[in-house]
Amino acid sequence: MRSIISFILLLIIAWGVALSVEKIPFGESKTRIGDYYIERGREETGASNIVTSVVVNYRGFDTLGEVTVLFVAVIGLSAVLATRRKQKKGAVEPASLVLYTGCRFLFPLILLFGAYIFIHGHLTPGGGFQGGAIVASAFLLVYMGCRGRRISRTRSKVVESFGGLVFLVVGLIGLTLGGHYFLFNFLPKGEINTLFSAGFIPIIYIAIGCKVGSELGGIIDRLLEDSE
Amino acid sequence: MILIVGLLVLLMLVAAIAALLFKDLINAVIASCMVSLIAAILFYFLQAPDVAMAEASIGAALVSAIFIIAIRRTKRYEE
Amino acid sequence: MNFLQSYVYYIGAFGLIFMGLFTMLVKRNLLKVIIGLSILETGVNLFLISVGYISKGTAPIFSKAGMEAERMVDPVPQALVLTAIVIGVAVLALALSLAIRLYHHYGVLDLRKIKEQRW
Repeated sequence: MRSIISFILLLIIAWGVALSVEKIPFGESKTRIGDYYIERGREETGASNIVTSVVVNYRGFDTLGEVTVLFVAVIGLSAVLATRRKQKKGAVEPASLVLYTGCRFLFPLILLFGAYIFIHGHLTPGGGFQGGAIVASAFLLVYMGCRGRRISRTRSKVVESFGGLVFLVVGLIGLTLGGHYFLFNFLPKGEINTLFSAGFIPIIYIAIGCKVGSELGGIIDRLLEDSE
Repeated sequence: MILIVGLLVLLMLVAAIAALLFKDLINAVIASCMVSLIAAILFYFLQAPDVAMAEASIGAALVSAIFIIAIRRTKRYEE
Repeated sequence: MNFLQSYVYYIGAFGLIFMGLFTMLVKRNLLKVIIGLSILETGVNLFLISVGYISKGTAPIFSKAGMEAERMVDPVPQALVLTAIVIGVAVLALALSLAIRLYHHYGVLDLRKIKEQRW
C-alpha cells in the first residue's frame, strides 16, 4: 500500500520535473561568471587548474565551511560511538602471508601517490580532497591487511588540527596584510605551470590534504573498534 | 558515442533498481558502489576530471568500506 | 533520437534521484534507507555537472604553458560538486554511527518495530 502511494506521488513529481527540465538546454553556456574565471583566472591567481583556483581562491570561504562540516561530523561520530567499557584484547587471526606482505609493500607507495596528488593540485586534476581520500584508502589497506595494528590516535589528531590551523592562519594573514578580505593571495605568483606558483594555493591544499586524510582514516578507525 | 553514454546510463539505473531489491545488504552495497563508479565515468565524459577523481575515490572506495563495516556491526540480512 | 541525445544525462540523473527517493520512502530497514540517501546524492551531483556542460568544450585546465582559452566547460559547478561529495560522505558516516547505536539499543533495525516500542 505504502509503495503504491509513494510510486504514484513520485510519478506526479517526475512529470512536473520533466516539464521544467525540458526548458533547460543541454550544452549551452548559461552563466557569465564561468567565462570571467576562465579568462582572468590565470593572471589573477597563477594556477593552471581553474577549478582549483575557484575552490581555494575565489570561493575559499565555502571550502572553509566544508572543512568545518567534516570536522563536526567526525566529532559527532566519535561522541555517538564512544563506549565506557574497556575493550577486550581478543586473539586476532592474522591474515595470510601474501596479503600481509602485499599490504606492507603497497602502503608507502599509496601514501606517496596521494601526497603527489595533493601537492600538484594547482597543475593537474586533483587537489586536497582527492589526495586525502587516497591517503585514507592507504590506511584502510593497513586495517584490512595487517590485522591488529592501529593508527596512533594522538598523532592523527595532531596532524588533523595542524592542517586546520594552517588553513585558518593563512587566511587571517591575508586579512591583515593588503587586501582587507579573508584569503587574500599574498604570496608571489611565480610563473605558470611550475610547482612553486599560484601563491598560497599549494600550502592550503597540503593542509587540506593532511586534514582530510587523517579525518577519514579516523572515521574508519572509530567504526572498526570492537565493542560490546 | 551517444550509444555508449545511453548504455552506461541504462546500466546505472539497473544497478540502482538492484540496490533497492536485494535482500542481502552486502549485495546492495556493491550495487551502490557500481552506481558510483558509472557516475565517475559519466563525470569524465562531461569533461570534469577533478570531480571524477573525487567521486571514484570517495564515493566508490570509502563509502562502500564504511557501509560494510557498519553492516558487520549490525545485521546482515534485511527482513 | 535528437531528443534522447540532448537529454540522456538528465534522464540518468533524475532516474537516480527517483530511485533514491523511492528507496527512502518504501524500505523499512534503516541501512537500506541510508543506501537510498547515498544514491540520491550521487544523482544530484550528476545533475549539477550536466547543467554546466558546454557542447564541444574541454576540461578547464591549462595543460600547456602558452595555451589559449578555447571553449571550456563551466568551472563553477565542478567546484560546488567537489564540496558536495565530501559533505555527502560526512553525512553518511554520522548516519551510520547513529544506526549502529540504534541497533545496540533496540536490537532490531526495522523502523516499524522501533516506532512501536516505547522506551
